[in-house]
Amino acid sequence: MSNSSVIGYDSKIEGDVVVTQLDAAINWFRKYSIWPMPMGLACCAIELMGTGASRYDISRFGMEVMRFSPRQSDVMIVAGTVTYKMALVVKRLYEQMADPKWVIAMGACASTGGMYRSYAVLQGVDNILPVDLYVAGCPPRPEALLDALLKLQAKVQREPLLATLKKVPQAA
Amino acid sequence: MNARDLAARLRTRFGDLVSEPAEFRGEITLTVADAERLPEVCQYARTELDFDFLLDISSVDNYGDDPRWTVVYELYGLGHRCHLRVKTAVSEEKSELPTVTGVWRTADWHEREIYDMMGIRFRGHPDLRRILMWEGYPYFPLRKDFPLAGRPTELPEIAFTAPAPLEGGPFVTAPGGKDAVQREPRVRTAEE
Repeated sequence: MSNSSVIGYDSKIEGDVVVTQLDAAINWFRKYSIWPMPMGLACCAIELMGTGASRYDISRFGMEVMRFSPRQSDVMIVAGTVTYKMALVVKRLYEQMADPKWVIAMGACASTGGMYRSYAVLQGVDNILPVDLYVAGCPPRPEALLDALLKLQAKVQREPLLATLKKVPQAA
Repeated sequence: MNARDLAARLRTRFGDLVSEPAEFRGEITLTVADAERLPEVCQYARTELDFDFLLDISSVDNYGDDPRWTVVYELYGLGHRCHLRVKTAVSEEKSELPTVTGVWRTADWHEREIYDMMGIRFRGHPDLRRILMWEGYPYFPLRKDFPLAGRPTELPEIAFTAPAPLEGGPFVTAPGGKDAVQREPRVRTAEE
């Protein structure tokens, strides 16, 4: 039996300790499990499906768990033309998502109304939702959507989490 | 048997109610003088002339003319493979004609679309609601006097609309342009 007591650095214990900030740790957890909600409204949704298929392998980034329930999703990918008839439905689905939540406007229609300068089409989903990222294209390639998701990860990592947590959320 | 013979049979059956068949690029068009008797003509075309397939119903806004509306029925027979177009005029004051849902059940949604977009009502339709826009939307968007950009509306909890920014548009393509810059969609005035 050894009498020596362990003093100072113990590699058996402290070798597995990582010192970081809580912000950075939580954001790191979050950004690798962002579950998308496929708000597929038009042809962009086909590219969204392509992104989710094997060729582009969206699960490299921890985002393959597409959820069709807003209550289980973190990022709403608005893929397609948002008509006025659908607009308040999209808004309601967004409101049903649990915080933290993000929005990606995929493609020209979701970003600005696209080619539909029309009585029937909402001129950009940012009229009703706070959009984090806009993806250009008509429709965007899966690579463009993956790039947007990577940029969203970078944005999540930068979020001042604890500073915003202390605030009482203001009713919109 | 071709579409011209079938149109002639309609004319012998109904006389002056049905116009002389007009042919344009191989397609035969008939005009029914009285919209109220249209289902009668359609029923005969369906049962006696085997036009068992109603391809489409569309409507035309002859804005500024009287009668303002033209309703166009595209008939087809899967057996004899002949196509026939039947037109009828409806005045703006009336804006109503009898339904043909009793002849072809597929007319249901076609007529709802015309009601939604043009505001022409179909008497006797089993379920005449809007089909593309929502109940309570106050305008008929396909009418010529409805602006392309739309009008602002508000129906709480259901939907809202706002005019689209046209930025001097509509944007028009010029198919004959010699390069892409000339061909691409731009704001063009009539002189260009």
